[in-house]
Amino acid sequence: MDAAQYKSDQYVRFCPGCGDHAILASLTKAMAQIGIPTHQTVVISGIGCSSRMPHYLNTYGFNTIHGRGGAIATGVKTSHPELTVWQMSGDGDCLAIGGNHFIHEIRRNVDLNICLFNNRIYGLTKGQYSPTSPKGFVSKSSPFGTVERPFIPAELVLGARGTFFARTLDVDMPTTVDCMVQANLHKGASVIECLVNCVIFNNGTHSWIADRETRAERTIILHHGKKMIFGANRDKGLKLDYSTVIPHLVVTTADDPEVLVHDAHTQDSTLHRMLALMGQERITDVNSQLTDSPIHQLPIALGVIRDVEEETYNDAVNRQINEVRSQAKVTTFDQLLDTLEHWEM
Amino acid sequence: MQKQNVVIRFCGDSGDGMQLTGNLFSSLSAILGNEISTLPDFPAEIRAPQGTLGGVSGFQINLGQGVYTPGDKADVIVAMNAAALKVCVQNKLFHEHAVIIVDTDTFTPADLQKALYKTDNPFTELNIPETVQIVPVPLTMLTKESLKDSGLDNKSVLKSRNMFALGVVCWLFSRPIDKAVHFLESKFAKKPALIAPNVKVLTDGFNYGNNTALNIHTIQVEVADHLEHGTYTSIAGNKATALGLIAAAHKCGKRLFLGSYPITPATDIMHELAGRKDMNVMVVQAEDEIAGVCTAIGASFAGDLACTSTSGPGLSLKSEAVGLAVMAELPLVVIDVQRGGPSTGLPTKTEQTDLLQAVYGRNGECPAVVIAASTSANCFHFAYEACRIALENMTPVILMTDTYLANGTGLWRMPHLADLPDIHPQGVPQDLKGHYSVSARDEHSVRYWAIPGMEGFEHRNIGLERDAVTGTISTNPENHEKMVLARQAKIDQIVNRIPDLQVQGNIDSDTLLIGWGSTEGHLHAAANALHCALAHFNYINPLPKNTAEVISRYRKVVVCELNNGQFATLLRSKVSGVNFLQYNEIMGQPFAVERICIAVKNIN
Repeated sequence: MDAAQYKSDQYVRFCPGCGDHAILASLTKAMAQIGIPTHQTVVISGIGCSSRMPHYLNTYGFNTIHGRGGAIATGVKTSHPELTVWQMSGDGDCLAIGGNHFIHEIRRNVDLNICLFNNRIYGLTKGQYSPTSPKGFVSKSSPFGTVERPFIPAELVLGARGTFFARTLDVDMPTTVDCMVQANLHKGASVIECLVNCVIFNNGTHSWIADRETRAERTIILHHGKKMIFGANRDKGLKLDYSTVIPHLVVTTADDPEVLVHDAHTQDSTLHRMLALMGQERITDVNSQLTDSPIHQLPIALGVIRDVEEETYNDAVNRQINEVRSQAKVTTFDQLLDTLEHWEM
Repeated sequence: MQKQNVVIRFCGDSGDGMQLTGNLFSSLSAILGNEISTLPDFPAEIRAPQGTLGGVSGFQINLGQGVYTPGDKADVIVAMNAAALKVCVQNKLFHEHAVIIVDTDTFTPADLQKALYKTDNPFTELNIPETVQIVPVPLTMLTKESLKDSGLDNKSVLKSRNMFALGVVCWLFSRPIDKAVHFLESKFAKKPALIAPNVKVLTDGFNYGNNTALNIHTIQVEVADHLEHGTYTSIAGNKATALGLIAAAHKCGKRLFLGSYPITPATDIMHELAGRKDMNVMVVQAEDEIAGVCTAIGASFAGDLACTSTSGPGLSLKSEAVGLAVMAELPLVVIDVQRGGPSTGLPTKTEQTDLLQAVYGRNGECPAVVIAASTSANCFHFAYEACRIALENMTPVILMTDTYLANGTGLWRMPHLADLPDIHPQGVPQDLKGHYSVSARDEHSVRYWAIPGMEGFEHRNIGLERDAVTGTISTNPENHEKMVLARQAKIDQIVNRIPDLQVQGNIDSDTLLIGWGSTEGHLHAAANALHCALAHFNYINPLPKNTAEVISRYRKVVVCELNNGQFATLLRSKVSGVNFLQYNEIMGQPFAVERICIAVKNIN
């Protein structure tokens, strides 16, 4: 399969320089690698810039209404589990208006590949703050700065008992493709938080980790079974510091024997949560800038952070129906009526 | 005493088992050849404080021949406690020559206090007409006596009082109790220890009536002899609705999918379908009303027969998504079991106040089909019909029922699947492979339906406006108008796929009653009493094509509805040159035939 086969003939209308272009390119690449034919692939979206994605893909697609993509995707996948279903959503679509559907598709563990495009702004409605905008963020709807505490998507996913969470940067296409492929392999609700740049309304929102010069120092790409090593010279590692009542992650040298090995498959989410939250305090408040305190040296985690097996909702629903049907004495409508109390008149 | 039909009302505390007793008695009567119509009337609280007026639960049954409604007022009342008696009197629920059986053991000073009596002589205080015959029966004491050797605890013994009352009523109406015993055996199949005690109490109740000097005449009710020969059952509207959906799915070979969220009084549809996995029904209990309809839209997009069930507040929440189904031209069945509104309103009461919401309550020009069931039994037919119209015309269909139909029961002649009309879901011609467009339509303006999994038919559907030819996003002004008109034309042509309006009653009268939905029984009885004509609508949008022609034949036209005139408003906008008079009730209760008759005579 070739990435071009997954592209539709539609002119791509993302703004020039928008991170969504890169995500689209990664997605078609990932779809080609996955190799599911276009007619067995369905892409569902809600409303927002990210939700335009289905139009640019040569698969089955449904660009629905604001926030409801998750519920519609749940209906598609549950009723037709043989289809591969993707959901395209943004921080407004998924975490604000569609927040309820988002946590419940994760809780149920519906086998969906959910791409959450997080640009920390409402783009399509032209520049209002979103549920992931940092506190104090100035936007058209918050001219004096927001007074709201933002969501950290990873925390929400894990709080909803998520079985898969990955994080990636729009500009890091290899990691994005890898996360998408892993998400598809994972049976269950797979959430990929794609950190994307909004060139018009929130330019540079992720640049402190996305910029080439600093990316290697400020991010770590996690791979299951591999040591947690990062840095431009691959000279840093992560380990747990047990000197506090609750152990915490610290940066150490790459050759430290205590450097952790990433286990994405462990059911216990404690360490996944610690990894996913690294550096997040820096993006929840506009006033918290990079400092030199040790905790702030922790990099932002990218790659597949959590990937555990649990029965999917679509499998469980269909299994139950099949079990009942295989033992059912009544299978036709006429037989069903016979089971009612009835009499001749 | 021989009667054409008799109305009996069981009433007592919420925990007294009145709904069970009423259901057993109505099924028993139906088996013996009576027509039946029932009206459960219960409080919204799960367990209101015991013995209070707010906790009174009632179940009314009309049985006999020519039964169209549960009856305006009762001929026989069984009052299980002092509060129930008071509610019956206050709400004038019985005729002046009624028989009232009361449990005399439930009139202690404490009972009277809980039911807010001011004196210690309730019968005098209530000022019950002397023509009413009060039959005192010490139900509690007799039940205790009956079960004294049963080994049951006191609480279980007291819970069996309803069976003693049922036994007495069975004697009064000459119902053989062996049939009732059969019902009890199936009812308590999972608690076999309760079968024997309940049967004993029931039998002792019957014998008490038979043996003691109960000073009332037994009542013989006429058996219905005009019914079409066939196999019958007694069925509640919600169950009939669920069966109609299953039948449609089996008939057309599609899998039935229900996405729903619990809401009174619609939830029984979901309960019924959740238990029918043997029929290959898939039910998703969604996280909210919106997800209920959206999971259904997803299943429809993927090719299922998809439905969502709700009541008025839920229909409000679903309206944007119903608009999506209109725009995406996907088949979808939305069942609105109406209750009293607005907002949370009267959740357990009946009303017809969602009509204009169903017809118009969406943003944009957003036409959908609206049909309404008119009896508990024909909820089956109209649920089936909703599926047929949706699948054949690629449109959402809103099926209106209400609390009265949903919880009430009636006789239903059971069909065979083979005898039901064929359903031909819209498909797509194979020659469109490789160049299919979401906008491609057949000669009836119905778009072709390609579903995921079909190779060469990949497409993007949208809630945005799409190009009339290519099916891709379009903001072109002329195209938008063209698409608005195309969607309207598709709904309009359905008029050729639904039956004409029929006039019932005295068609030559100069007076025409008009109704829609669940009021058919009451309006039919009123039209009979008034010797006038009745045009009752099951198809609301589009209206049957002979609507204007039928209505304009009559001089005096009265639209009778359980709302503030919504159907009258709709008709005024569709039929010109007619002076539509209105009779409306908005009390959360079904019509009373007598009230309709008085109102129609006086309105000009």
